[in-house]
Amino acid sequence: MRTKYLVIVGILLMLLVGFQVTAQDDVIEIEYWQYNFAARVDAMNMLIEQFEAENPDVRVIHNGDIAYDNFRTELATSVAGGVGPDVVSLFYGWIPAFVDAGYLVPLPEPFTEEYINENFVPMVSGSAAFEGEYYAVPTAVRALALFYNIDLLADAGYDAPPATLEEFVEMAVAATVYDGDPSLDNLVTEGYAVQMSGQAHHWFRESLVRQFGGVPYNDDYTEVLWNSEEGCEAFAWLTQFETELLTGTNEGVGGTADADDAFVAGLAALHIDGSFRLAAAQGNEDLNFGIAELPVGPNGEQHTYGSYWTHGITRRAAEDEARMDAANRFLQFITTAEAGTLWVNEVGELPAQTSAVNDPALLEDPFIGPFVAGLNYSHATFFVDETAQRQVMIDALDLVRLSGMDPCDALQEAAAIEQDLLDDFWEDR
Amino acid sequence: MFNNMTLAKRKVVWAYIFLAIPIIFFLYIRIYPTFFAFQMSLYDWNPLAEEQEFIGLENYQELAEELGDQRSPTRRSFENTAKYIAIGMPLQLVISLMIALMLNEIRFMSTFYRLLFFLPFVTSTIAISWVFRILFERQGFINTLLQAFSLPAQPFLRSPDQALYSITAVVIWQGLGFAVIIFLAGLKQIPRTYYEAAQIDGASRWQSFRRITLPLLNPSIVYLVVLQSISFLRMFAPVYAMTVQGSGGPLNSTTTVVLRVVREAFDSNSYGFAATLTVTLFVIILVITVLQLAITTRRVD
Repeated sequence: MRTKYLVIVGILLMLLVGFQVTAQDDVIEIEYWQYNFAARVDAMNMLIEQFEAENPDVRVIHNGDIAYDNFRTELATSVAGGVGPDVVSLFYGWIPAFVDAGYLVPLPEPFTEEYINENFVPMVSGSAAFEGEYYAVPTAVRALALFYNIDLLADAGYDAPPATLEEFVEMAVAATVYDGDPSLDNLVTEGYAVQMSGQAHHWFRESLVRQFGGVPYNDDYTEVLWNSEEGCEAFAWLTQFETELLTGTNEGVGGTADADDAFVAGLAALHIDGSFRLAAAQGNEDLNFGIAELPVGPNGEQHTYGSYWTHGITRRAAEDEARMDAANRFLQFITTAEAGTLWVNEVGELPAQTSAVNDPALLEDPFIGPFVAGLNYSHATFFVDETAQRQVMIDALDLVRLSGMDPCDALQEAAAIEQDLLDDFWEDR
Repeated sequence: MFNNMTLAKRKVVWAYIFLAIPIIFFLYIRIYPTFFAFQMSLYDWNPLAEEQEFIGLENYQELAEELGDQRSPTRRSFENTAKYIAIGMPLQLVISLMIALMLNEIRFMSTFYRLLFFLPFVTSTIAISWVFRILFERQGFINTLLQAFSLPAQPFLRSPDQALYSITAVVIWQGLGFAVIIFLAGLKQIPRTYYEAAQIDGASRWQSFRRITLPLLNPSIVYLVVLQSISFLRMFAPVYAMTVQGSGGPLNSTTTVVLRVVREAFDSNSYGFAATLTVTLFVIILVITVLQLAITTRRVD
């Protein structure tokens, strides 16, 4: 009796293996992974459908189910399990760590330096190379701009958003409403609140430091320079909102969790954020808001921070010539100007391709336009450990607002810690 | 072979076969990873890489350096963990013993009161932490209450000086129910006659507590000291849920060793160093437990 079962199981196994072999003969299967964000998953499904129609010999398995918080951990465990993506979407700031581990392979032809400089916006061509090699290219990019609450500014007597940092301070102060004495405990609506855990640390590094006449880092981002005299001025300017002007706090107002929430809930007049916040803000029908370019600095310059999710090809794909070729074709397809245009319509992120971003219709769009305009003066910081480097700035602000430390002293302490992080990273290379 | 056995023998064999499943599961899921962590701590472990680089004791060297650095979050995490246990464990024991003594006296609605104290223990830590996080807010319930009594509002979780104590208070409150139940069970074990005899001899209430209750509760106390110490040493969820973005802030004032393990491994990809922290914590727990057992397990006559 036992032999009978063995025979049946054996036949089933053979059938299973047989099917797999025939499946491999017909089409090449590659896997594409990104973290779960509904609009991105939908947009990518559309691109995959178009790609498969044009490339019947390739089938793309799309894994867009992993929550953002678990994404890197899942990638790590997939390596241990011998599975995982052939093409993967990563935050650009993570690329060094993934290259360091040998997880990504240098991009094949046609992704040369000329190709990338010619086809992608300056922010991408300026930050995509890592030690002279290209490991990833994006479909879309994001930049920071100014979100303003039209109603709250009108209540304070302004009918246009601030164009300079000076006006920014003035309007933030005027738009702050207290229930009683001016104190953070009595806030009803915030003029402006610094959220270091959100985008404020980017605004400081790439915008404010430059606008006060400094530079945040040396050219190859190996040395912290944002603790210069100019950096100190910029940091003192940023910290004054909570310590002296009392225009807001990231601890939330009126039951909101943080400054991002407060703006979306209509409880903050001014807010610095990325294009990805548009959907949330538009989700609140009662919120009457506008978007403007970031205010001009004391030196008359405009700078913004740009960032992007970018797609790379993994070591796993490179192990097999046919899969590598399929991954390459897929990567080319999802990074064309057409893909970028589809992305801006579906997700609201800005196209990464020069030809798509110069579309006049985009520039005229009241919500997207100011972000697109910012791409001409945007910088993408080279992070070695984005989470840790952000924590450095969160702690620097906390030292000022909670421990009463002088902003410049707090900044020196922060710079020392971040320099250690940079040194640790580069010394191993 | 199986056919030659007696029925009784077969039963025993089957019992072992069934037992083998949980044992194999336990060995593979709990014991093996524990020892794997020892191995990992000797490598510059990066799960994304194809091969792992053996670096001997470098991770431990780095840990020693971090512990010597005032600014290091790792050092803060060890200091904070020590504070959590030094404040939390004794307070929790004293308060729960007081409650248990009172609950032991009352008859009317005693089950209801016991339930009341036990409820927080069976509630999800994350849910409790978030409720308290909201209660502790700047314009939250607790501050509104303070102000109603003309007391100044407090920053609680937002202050580097108060955050650790605020979290400890919540953890003590949540764990009370468990400790109270253990103490109640212990109190029930003490024969009434001892107290009656003491009363006849003219002992005061304090004397009978000091001479009868406390010594006879020793087994419960030992059990709770060990268990609660371990739970404070492994503290993670309340800090993760009650601090901004699970940072263990403000300014690392609430971070714990386990929280550092998670940050080092999953944010900074330093799995080797995270394993080193895990191993160190393992050794600390082992030493503390053995010491506590040695000191507190005295025979009482």
